[in-house]
Amino acid sequence: MASHKRKKITLLLGLILLGLIASCLAEYILHYSPYEQHLSLALQGPSFQHWLGTDVYGRDLLARTLAGAKLTIITALAVALLSALIGSCIGLFCGYRQGKAVTCLLRLADIFLSFPTMVFAIAVAGILGGGTFNAAAAITAVTWPKYTRLVRNLVSPLRREYYIEAAQMSGFTTGQILFQQILPEVIGPVFITAALDLGTIITEIAGLSFLGLGAAPPAAEWGSMMSSSRLYMQTAPWTVFVPGAAIVITVALFQLLADSLRDFFDTKLVR
Amino acid sequence: MGKYIGRRLLQLIPIVFGVTFISFLLMHLAVTDTVDVLYEQQSGANAAAAAAKRAALGLDQGFFTQYCHWLWQVLHGDMGQSFVTSLPVSTTMLSKLPATLELMLLALFLTLLISLPLGTLAAIRKGSIWDQLARLLSFTGNALPDFLFALILLYFFAVKWHFFSFLTPTADRSPLLPALPLAFAMTAKYLRQIRALLLDELSKEYVQALLCRGLPYHYVLTHYVFRAVAAPLLALLALSAASLLGGSAIVETIFLWDGVGKLAVDAIMLRDYPIIQAYMIWMSALYVLFNLAADIICAYVDPRLTLRKKED
Repeated sequence: MASHKRKKITLLLGLILLGLIASCLAEYILHYSPYEQHLSLALQGPSFQHWLGTDVYGRDLLARTLAGAKLTIITALAVALLSALIGSCIGLFCGYRQGKAVTCLLRLADIFLSFPTMVFAIAVAGILGGGTFNAAAAITAVTWPKYTRLVRNLVSPLRREYYIEAAQMSGFTTGQILFQQILPEVIGPVFITAALDLGTIITEIAGLSFLGLGAAPPAAEWGSMMSSSRLYMQTAPWTVFVPGAAIVITVALFQLLADSLRDFFDTKLVR
Repeated sequence: MGKYIGRRLLQLIPIVFGVTFISFLLMHLAVTDTVDVLYEQQSGANAAAAAAKRAALGLDQGFFTQYCHWLWQVLHGDMGQSFVTSLPVSTTMLSKLPATLELMLLALFLTLLISLPLGTLAAIRKGSIWDQLARLLSFTGNALPDFLFALILLYFFAVKWHFFSFLTPTADRSPLLPALPLAFAMTAKYLRQIRALLLDELSKEYVQALLCRGLPYHYVLTHYVFRAVAAPLLALLALSAASLLGGSAIVETIFLWDGVGKLAVDAIMLRDYPIIQAYMIWMSALYVLFNLAADIICAYVDPRLTLRKKED
């Protein structure tokens, strides 16, 4: 059973990696630049030369969609990693210590949790201006408190465990206890939660770019590609649905990966 | 009970301060000067006029003085004026709110209509076709972003079948189509939670005991199990409402639905900061109120919650 699950994880990871590599090498494999415009070839349907058709500027959609994978996946990974890192560090501290600072930090997490994710991201990206960086920062700002909550709830009961007390009495520093004794206990659930979040983060980033708050138009980004092709939906529906399909496939792959990872490690602590 | 509600209300105070502070801070970071933005359309102003305007608006004072002054006005319902239309922000928001609420309530209704029966069936007939269907629905719902689903609906209903024209906004259009993507996204989250919650409750010993006494299964389900899970179900529903509030901005933009979300997106394009700020505060307030209402109803439904709080 375990080997079956391991095979499934390897397969999914392989597919994602393949997509990433194809994305990096897209220009060389396809001989089409994702950015070069050929206005005479605008809005052509799928054909032998252009497998998935062309957009309004005559750019090859397959090349653009493949090139978009790189940006989306790397941004999503960075957001997940950063929010997990920030959230877990604060959560470790809040679970292990008590006092005013901890109460303040938890209240801060509560405040960020009381913003609906997309509302906050739209407002932040809208006020500070668009761009991939701002969109990613906005999503990170509302994602980290979840990890603080999770880690704190896992760490709090550990505080009274004998092995922690033993470590304290034998003169371990707080840092050593937190990172050597407690961290290994909580890293599994954090990892799984981050994996489960990846899909959501990808849709959120695409949603922000769709509204014009993420990567700006010439960039090959799925959300912004869909947004700029929306007007041609009547005559060239593929310009909208090809990047859309790319989003669905990527999110589905990451979701399947997260589910199999959860099954593999059989963590009951994560919902 | 009264004490519990009172304490929950007290807990809101730091959240209200935090939410308003963050939105004020954002504005401060973005527009270093409101005056510059105001005069931008008139191709700048001379320094003396700008300084006078600044003093009149209180912008020459310290950050905290400004924040307190602003908060005082916000608490009195005054959120300033739109940079573009010069109308009071609160009036504009209030005029758009009913359309958004209509959309959200319909989406909420659709979510409950689908996820409650299907989630229950998936839990009591584990592994059956219903369970498979529930899984499929929640998987696709999570993988299919709401804006893509909205565009697919638009493609079929407006482009292929010509049910309506999506380029002209009409006042009397049915909210059903824009509500569908919102409901779908929320159903995906909620179905999974209902199923997990019910499975957990059904595996408890008291259910076995009741069944052993010869009570019919449906009776145990309706009279015991549902009462036990009512409170957490409600709390989870309030949490999933976040996807409604955020999703509405995208869906309203696609369907040209004249609500708060579209207002905010239009405001972003025009750099109308007071509207964006108001949008952020109103939506967070709505979300917090949803959760507060859910908590209070939970406390009525499940007396254990109030008792447990007392023990702390």
